[in-house]
Amino acid sequence: MKRALILIPLLLFVALVVFLAIGLTLRPTEVPSPLIGKPAPAFTVPQLHQQDRTISDSDLVGRVSVVNVWASWCVACRDEHPYIMALSQEGVAPVIGLNYKDDRDQALAWLERFGNSYAVSAYDPEGRVGLDWGVYGVPETFVLDKRGVIRHKHIGPVTASVLRQEILPLIARLNEEQP
Amino acid sequence: MRKLLLTLFLLLPLAAGAAPFEFDSPEDEARFRRLGNELRCLVCQGQSIADSNSELAMDLKAQVHRMIIEGRSDREIVDFMVARYGDFVLFKPPLRASTWLLWFGPFVLLLVGAGVVLALSRRRTPASAELTEAERARLDEILQQSEEPRE
Repeated sequence: MKRALILIPLLLFVALVVFLAIGLTLRPTEVPSPLIGKPAPAFTVPQLHQQDRTISDSDLVGRVSVVNVWASWCVACRDEHPYIMALSQEGVAPVIGLNYKDDRDQALAWLERFGNSYAVSAYDPEGRVGLDWGVYGVPETFVLDKRGVIRHKHIGPVTASVLRQEILPLIARLNEEQP
Repeated sequence: MRKLLLTLFLLLPLAAGAAPFEFDSPEDEARFRRLGNELRCLVCQGQSIADSNSELAMDLKAQVHRMIIEGRSDREIVDFMVARYGDFVLFKPPLRASTWLLWFGPFVLLLVGAGVVLALSRRRTPASAELTEAERARLDEILQQSEEPRE
């Protein structure tokens, strides 16, 4: 019995190592969204391109969609742009842009320069819509199902592996779901 | 003159934190300050929105200010933020079934540790520190023996 007791510190050490190893894979600065599983927060704002037209949360109902939060001043948005474009070209779900805390002219110039992957962009210069969506950093990408319910939020730029492993499989699954 | 300029220059950071928000009453301003200290800036995650100068912190402060002016309660403002950003936006984790371990864990560990220390110390203390009669006689014998060779 006493011999077994000697093993206790070793076992505690092993347990500690396991927890620390798990800790290395965690990303504590990513704040999980409380909106997962909830309908998209309501909003009605002018469109970026056609100022006299509006876009609202009801436009997000009816088919699977992706909402990508971007801004012309955001460097990481430039990094993820090819992948957002690729996502848009896959044609599995429309990509709707939420232009966050930006200047309209600069935003339009950015799209002109790099290419417009968005079916439509909502213009949110004061970040009010972003606040309702729990946006705290740009870029952020939301995936919504056919009922307009937020099913996933990706924080930070979308990369090839995020697209391949997270977003595209989820969109495929959501497209299978009955509305 | 240079000292004055230097002092003023060093004091500049204070101006950065100065709140441009106005309130109808000192109570409202006190509420604003309190809420500002309770809500976390999600960008600079170690700071409250009161301390942080990030744009998000400014936006959240503006939102808190707006809601205070609208006459919302502290509860409503906190719920508003938690609904959008989750529990992490609060500096104090809420007391829920899922956070029981976080709140009470340290005290439980302290009690367990104290218990272990007590149990171990009881086992190590000898049954009696006093000598029995036989042991005392033996001790006297040994002492006498050690004294004799000296004489």
